[in-house]
Amino acid sequence: MTLLAVEGLTKRFGGVLAAKSVSFALEEGEMLAIIGPNGAGKSTTFNMVGGQLRPDGGSVTLAGKDVTGLPSRALCRIGVGRTFQVAQTFLSFSVLGNVQMALLAHHGQTRQLLPDAAAMHRDAALALLGRVGMAAQAGRPIGELAYGDVKRVELAIALAAAPRLLLMDEPTAGMAPFERAALMALVAGIARSERIGVLFTEHDMDAVFAHADRILVLVRGEIIARGSPEQVRADPEVQRVYLGHSGTRAAGRARRTTHG
Amino acid sequence: MEWSFLLVQALSGLASASSLFVIASGLTIVFGVTRIVNFAHGSFYMLGAYVAVTLVPWLLEFERSPTLFFVGVLASAIAVGVLGVVMEVTLLRRIYRVPELFQLLATFGVVLIVQDLVLLIWGPVEIAGPRAPGLRHGVYILDQRFPAYELFLIFVGPAVLALLWLLMHRTRFGVLIRAATQDREMVGALGVNQAMLFTGTLFLGAALAGLGGALQIPRVSASSQMDLSIITEAFVVTVIGGMGSVPGAFIAALLIGLLQAFGVLIFPKITLVLVFLLMAAVLVVKPWGLLGRPDAAAGRAVLPEGILDPGRLDRAGKVLLALGLITVLALPLVDAYAVKVGTEVLILALAAVSLNFLVGNGGIVSFGHAAYFGLGAYGAGLLVVKAGMPMEPALIAAPIAGGAAAALFGFFVVRLSGIYLAMLTLAFAQIAYAVVFQWVEVTGGDNGLVGVWPSRWAASREVYHYLTAVVTLAAIVFLRRVIHAPFGATLRAARDSAQRADAIGVDVRMHRWLGFTLAGAAAGLAGGLYAFSKGSIDPTLLGIPMSVDFLSMILLGGIQSVLGPVAGAAAFHALKDFFLPLTDHWRLFLGLSIIGMVLVFPRGLAGAFASLRRRPA
Repeated sequence: MTLLAVEGLTKRFGGVLAAKSVSFALEEGEMLAIIGPNGAGKSTTFNMVGGQLRPDGGSVTLAGKDVTGLPSRALCRIGVGRTFQVAQTFLSFSVLGNVQMALLAHHGQTRQLLPDAAAMHRDAALALLGRVGMAAQAGRPIGELAYGDVKRVELAIALAAAPRLLLMDEPTAGMAPFERAALMALVAGIARSERIGVLFTEHDMDAVFAHADRILVLVRGEIIARGSPEQVRADPEVQRVYLGHSGTRAAGRARRTTHG
Repeated sequence: MEWSFLLVQALSGLASASSLFVIASGLTIVFGVTRIVNFAHGSFYMLGAYVAVTLVPWLLEFERSPTLFFVGVLASAIAVGVLGVVMEVTLLRRIYRVPELFQLLATFGVVLIVQDLVLLIWGPVEIAGPRAPGLRHGVYILDQRFPAYELFLIFVGPAVLALLWLLMHRTRFGVLIRAATQDREMVGALGVNQAMLFTGTLFLGAALAGLGGALQIPRVSASSQMDLSIITEAFVVTVIGGMGSVPGAFIAALLIGLLQAFGVLIFPKITLVLVFLLMAAVLVVKPWGLLGRPDAAAGRAVLPEGILDPGRLDRAGKVLLALGLITVLALPLVDAYAVKVGTEVLILALAAVSLNFLVGNGGIVSFGHAAYFGLGAYGAGLLVVKAGMPMEPALIAAPIAGGAAAALFGFFVVRLSGIYLAMLTLAFAQIAYAVVFQWVEVTGGDNGLVGVWPSRWAASREVYHYLTAVVTLAAIVFLRRVIHAPFGATLRAARDSAQRADAIGVDVRMHRWLGFTLAGAAAGLAGGLYAFSKGSIDPTLLGIPMSVDFLSMILLGGIQSVLGPVAGAAAFHALKDFFLPLTDHWRLFLGLSIIGMVLVFPRGLAGAFASLRRRPA
């Protein structure tokens, strides 16, 4: 079944048409990347799907249910996890505490006044940290971690709500190159094994062409190309407006290194 | 009602609006550039009036000419501007980087100092100023007499607006002010001399406040209470207009001047309430004010101020706690006075812990926490005095009164954040204060109510002390427990990153509202206990100075610890109780101590204790 169906999403900021009738679909376990130059409307589209922006027109359907314009806390409860371009975590909490907090919210326990929060969902939180390779750091304050590790913890936080769909806004922004590849491989592995759909925007072409199953190219609010990485790379229009020659070569290289 | 009467009413509204704008424009400019909400702005206004009532009559001795009158007014404004420079160089410069709560407190320290200095220099008697030569007559407008000076004041506001516009758009200094208001860091990155810019801004802001004060001398006498009354109005104007926006302040001053002029015809007693209702309404529709803009997000994550990890008590903490408990229980062995102070400390400790539940744990900087404390006291006191109920149900009503008020005000408060939130809590506290102060038939007005005594079994000081100990300690233990519980953790999470909390499914606004209500109820309980310990209630329980006392306690105790505020309340109250009878200048000392605390140990007693222990022996 189609996990996410986006139909004719439109958003206008004053005189600027930031997204013009954007439509796409995403299956379970699939990784769909949205790419495009700066100002193409990637974040706008993304925030309309994620509930941060209310669309002027169009609809968002999650597993057959209309979720257009729902706030992100409501989306979270029906299975949408999210990570941010600049990682958003609870800085005063430990690594473990961050994931425990997400689990408390997932279980609807945030209004309990008496139990000791630090003792709740410890094992589940440790297991989630284990899945992103951060179990060894569980006791540290999150502010001490390297940025790439913070991004991993953020992924664990998003996974705590047992999402069917993960929205990742530039998952590798601000990371060192070697951290990027590892994070994307981790996300791809989790998505495929647990049948989670992943929608992500990205500037790093290595990450996109190595891991996306399908790619949407957005320019000035409109989708100008869509398809498998090979199709998009070969598209002359995409090469002209976005990838350029060196970008096209990089895309090919990335695809070959990962898939042989 | 006749048209001519309405016209005159409108004109006098415009005259007040004009004066209010002159003062508020200075406040909003200073905030725009320095991001400091300057409580002492009202003090500059007061100083402007005092300098003018001294200087202008002296000048008029030479010749009773309008020119000399206005020379005197302008000279007063410049003198106050210089005092603004002194404040910037000696104090503000050191606190640009500290959290805004501390900045507010430090500038309030200046308010206290100036109050005492004014009393010291000019004495407690109000001083009437001279009338302006050439503007003493009345003008007849549609057969109604209207003072010429008021008519003149109507034109001052637009004139100041025009001059400020010229300054902002035609001079380098003005362009820098506008740039810094939009993006302070970028102006710094461009290599602008920030120190000069900030000093100049403080001169301009203080001079405008001084001008506002000096222009008032023909209308009102200079008195040592004029600072706090004007600062609340000026806050309201800047918040409605949008902090940092001069045209916004102009529009807001007009709205408020006219609202007051006509509101007084319809609801003569509750004009202040009308003003604050306008503010609440504007903030709900436009959270950043009419022409304000949200603060540009810094785009980087910073560790929040407040309770970080509410860790377990270690052995030293437990020993301290046990010692404190024994002291509380043993006080009746000392003497009656010790019992009185001990009871008060317990009550204030509960109020301080409830405030730190908001500030330290929730990142909700309430500047009007005394409202809930005071309303709890009034809730209990009115039941006893007016309804003849005994103490027990009254003590149950106290947290309900505090919690209900917090739920009502909190509904609006939690929609905002940062300095806007602090200003709104202050405004709501002032509404509550105004209602209690003006509703004389019910509340006894300024005099308050007497005869709020405990039930017979708890009538002795000692028994009431133990009753207070049981209730306050139970409440403090409960609040501490909540901080460790999922609800407390959720408030901390929402403080750290509202965006992330939202994305994991937390309804941030709802949780903050519940937290605000809970803290209000706890403060109300403390207020109820306080009423019975004193036997009387009066409006000072809800006043700004009371809110500042609570904030000083948590600051002194350390907002980063769960139980620090208890120590803070004990230390603060004991010191105040000791020094107050010794000196006529306790405000001066309190002001200096608050500033000292902000500068020397911003992490409070608990922070100082922790760092002492961490140091290797």
